[in-house]
Amino acid sequence: MLPVAFEDATKVIQAFLLSGKEYVCLMQLHEDVAEQRIRDTFAEFAGEIFQRPPLRASVKRSVRKRAIYSLDILEIEGRRVLFKIACQAGTYVRKICSDIGEVLGCGAHMSELRRTRAGPFHENRNLCSMYDLLNAYDSCKTKNREEEFRAIVRPMEEAFEFIPRVYVRDSAVDAICHGADLAIPGVVKLDQRITMNASIVLMSLKGEVVALAKALMPTEQVLEQDHGIAAKTVRVIMQPGTYPSLWKEQ
Amino acid sequence: MKLLPPWNIEREIVAKTEAETNKALGYDPYARPIGLHIRFGIVNLDKPPGPSSHEVVAWVKRILGLKHAGHGGTLDA
Repeated sequence: MLPVAFEDATKVIQAFLLSGKEYVCLMQLHEDVAEQRIRDTFAEFAGEIFQRPPLRASVKRSVRKRAIYSLDILEIEGRRVLFKIACQAGTYVRKICSDIGEVLGCGAHMSELRRTRAGPFHENRNLCSMYDLLNAYDSCKTKNREEEFRAIVRPMEEAFEFIPRVYVRDSAVDAICHGADLAIPGVVKLDQRITMNASIVLMSLKGEVVALAKALMPTEQVLEQDHGIAAKTVRVIMQPGTYPSLWKEQ
Repeated sequence: MKLLPPWNIEREIVAKTEAETNKALGYDPYARPIGLHIRFGIVNLDKPPGPSSHEVVAWVKRILGLKHAGHGGTLDA
């Protein structure tokens, strides 16, 4: 399952780096272990764990807390364990396999991994083959039939389904497209649970993504105050000029 | 206490004020003219095991005549 973003939508790829993932993994134990012990150990790994990224990773290798939302064994056959895992972005499933092996005492390694979800995109959601894409595009170009193509190619906004959002008024949009931070008067409505420093997405009232931002105030403060900067614009996505630059006239 | 994955968290939107949007500006993301739909589009590809993610993206660019395309992360876990 590989989400591929086109042209300007490539700017939203970083949203996938922030989103939780789901995988199906096949783990190989190095010795025979009683099934109950395997199940008990797996149960210990659900919840919050600590991990240091492996040598090959391109991130700073400090120990960090990661959330394992769920860890479910699908099948055990001899020394092979097939399991499903849902975890926070930046969790190394390979490391979890070797750590489980350490706890069991016999050692283990990850032998196969398949990603089944990256944020809002998962295996059962408009998954298409390269042929489907080719055919749909062809129908679009030669037969003027767009429905198939539009069913397969999704608006980039869908990548932000799980990122807290703030809806801004039309008159604030262009300023943000030019990199301005979001001031409170520009806010119309917002996600109820935005915390300080949260990664958020600024959207137009039509639901178009304007920019990725960082919250400088929690929701309660934004609702209460009349002035101040609510969010710092981090990455502009919308083309400047889509909404006129009303801010210049002031 | 069980940790909820982002896809199971309930999200509520709370309004600070009321405002309307000018229909003549911008687009509903699901009603973009086809050129813009492609320009802001994402496809969820079932990548075959053979080619690399990079090769798949290169293929998509060629087929659709795109200047840029990118993928949502390789399997590096």
